[in-house]
Amino acid sequence: MSVNDFDFSKLEKRLGVSRRTFLKFCTGVAASMGLSSQAAMAMAEAVANPKKRPPVIWLHGQECTGPTEALLRSEQPTLEHLILDLISLDYHQTLDAGAGHHVEEIKRHAMEANKGKYLLVIEGSIPVKDGGIYCKIGGQTMLDATHEAAEHAAAIVAIGSCASWGGVPSAGINPTGAQGAPEVLKGKTVVTIPGCPPNPANFLGTVLYFVTYGALPPLDDLGRPKWAYGRLIHENCYRRPHFDAGRFAEEFGDEGHRKGWCLYKLGCKGPETYNNCPSLEYNNIGGGVWPIGVGHPCFGCSEGGVGFHKPLFSLADVKTHTPPNAFPLIEDREGNEGMSTGAAALTGAAVGAAVGASVIAAKKLGEKEASSSDEQQS
Amino acid sequence: MKRRDFLKGAVGGAVTLCGAGAVEARPNLEPADNAVGMLFDSTLCVGCKACVAKCKEVNDMPPTIEGDLNAWDSARDLSAETLNVIKIYKNGTAKVKDSETDGFCFEKRSCMHCVDPGCVSVCPVTAMQRNPITGIVTHHPDLCIGCRNCMVGCPYNVPQFDYNDPFGMISKCQMCNQAGVERIDKGMMTGCAEVCPTGATLFGTRKELLKEAQRRMALKPGETYSYPRGDLSNPSSPHEKEVPLYQQHIWGEKEAGGTNVMHISAVPFDKLGMPPLGERSASSIAEGVQHALYSYMALPAIALAGLAHVVRRNTSDDSDGGES
Repeated sequence: MSVNDFDFSKLEKRLGVSRRTFLKFCTGVAASMGLSSQAAMAMAEAVANPKKRPPVIWLHGQECTGPTEALLRSEQPTLEHLILDLISLDYHQTLDAGAGHHVEEIKRHAMEANKGKYLLVIEGSIPVKDGGIYCKIGGQTMLDATHEAAEHAAAIVAIGSCASWGGVPSAGINPTGAQGAPEVLKGKTVVTIPGCPPNPANFLGTVLYFVTYGALPPLDDLGRPKWAYGRLIHENCYRRPHFDAGRFAEEFGDEGHRKGWCLYKLGCKGPETYNNCPSLEYNNIGGGVWPIGVGHPCFGCSEGGVGFHKPLFSLADVKTHTPPNAFPLIEDREGNEGMSTGAAALTGAAVGAAVGASVIAAKKLGEKEASSSDEQQS
Repeated sequence: MKRRDFLKGAVGGAVTLCGAGAVEARPNLEPADNAVGMLFDSTLCVGCKACVAKCKEVNDMPPTIEGDLNAWDSARDLSAETLNVIKIYKNGTAKVKDSETDGFCFEKRSCMHCVDPGCVSVCPVTAMQRNPITGIVTHHPDLCIGCRNCMVGCPYNVPQFDYNDPFGMISKCQMCNQAGVERIDKGMMTGCAEVCPTGATLFGTRKELLKEAQRRMALKPGETYSYPRGDLSNPSSPHEKEVPLYQQHIWGEKEAGGTNVMHISAVPFDKLGMPPLGERSASSIAEGVQHALYSYMALPAIALAGLAHVVRRNTSDDSDGGES
């Protein structure tokens, strides 16, 4: 059934959004992932078809629930409806209506009933020190809960920096031995959506892709979806031309800062942080609302070893230089192939004239010599 | 046989002169006591080119635009309108900063301000001078005759002649202390050091900078070091960074008598386009030879004698020929 034949009346009722808003949303997500409008239609169909909704088990470890809160506060039209209707959220400690052992029972039941089919979302880091006793849910350590849930999961998504690489709990001396899900679940594919909190669009797009195609989007070596984390913030930043021109804000409120110059000297971590903030901004609020947009240097919240590890105002290591910025090679010389046509013509004419003049002069000399020798002989 | 006779005479004269032991090379010049300079640490350079932009601003020079598609400064090397340029070293995949293989790093090209400058030595007038107090190698266009000897005398390819101008002049970095700018005299630092965000270009006295460079050589790779920025005598907030694996080599400490602008790097300097130089400055040797040849006008006198000999022989040959 093509999406054009699809009856959206039920969907409109179920999600509380108009067909137009809904298709706009799907197209937007597909576009931000670099997919075609056909993919948007496929996504629309997948979301509209309730049979395709995967059951989701959502675990919370050491964290502040930031990713969930960000999702709930999304300004995307009725995102919370979509995310809750897109998936069958069987277990989520923050959003569950029930509580206590009853909810834990539902979780086990859901995992058993949907073996190999459910999506596992991990939010928060997992402490491993002393057997993982520093984070327990219903008497079970987070470490055990993670291993248990991961065993039969169809796909595992780590949302937020804590779950992706340890985040705040792993900073400094890391007293609880906090680790990210990929470190704990070695050997399993864990999709990571780092950020503190991550942009809900990055999570939603990845889940939509999974629901639509039944497979994960292309990932980098840290498990991050390439469509969202494939480029440095520095590459798409709209303050980048100021970096290339060497114009830096020296301190907050100075002339350069007021003029929107590059924040590198104030400690911006954009040159070493992979994320799509400059193109998506944060949570669809718009109006340039994301750290660099409002005049604060990037903190590198999504980058392991940068956010919460490097001091806020220390300088970033520039990971790479991309066009338009270009550098001459060591052996390059100025103008070794750049002689202008006019200059070349002029030089040519001068050389030619000199050669001609010397030929004539030599000839005359020869004639003179010949005539003088003639005189001698005579 | 005329040419041969002339050369014979001239060589004979030169041999006599050498036999007299008149060729005595002078030692390298010593750095000025309070010489100012800069330390360029390639491992700190992030390639932002703020120094290139500032240099053009200070010297009131236009951007060098290469090709029709560019709209920004893209100088490939030093020229009459570029006194400072950041170049790149690339190898293989060029992924790792400061790695010789499969890596990249940046290198600054500007006047090294030699302690015993070749350009000053070869200048037939006194258009190139070494300031006795600051050690800055200055160029004086009102004295310059445009012979471009300095371009040949410089091992770093620094002085550049403006070939596009019929009244072209030599241009070179004068450490922001040229007439009309005089940043050093005013107690300021060089423009490039002032704007450098990481302290890759650091301003200071040669003595202090050399100490700082030696300190960095002694650091253990991996530990954190607070790199001073701006003016070493009054640095702005430090840049804390992990210490790279430095080449144990301070370029300019001894090369050809030393330079006031010194470079340190994690990639060997021959890869960064530095010429192979010994500790002895070329000018100390060349000046010895040159001055000896011309002392008491001995060589010109010998050359004249040689010429006179040839002329005399020739004229007697001619008369012989006439008689026969």
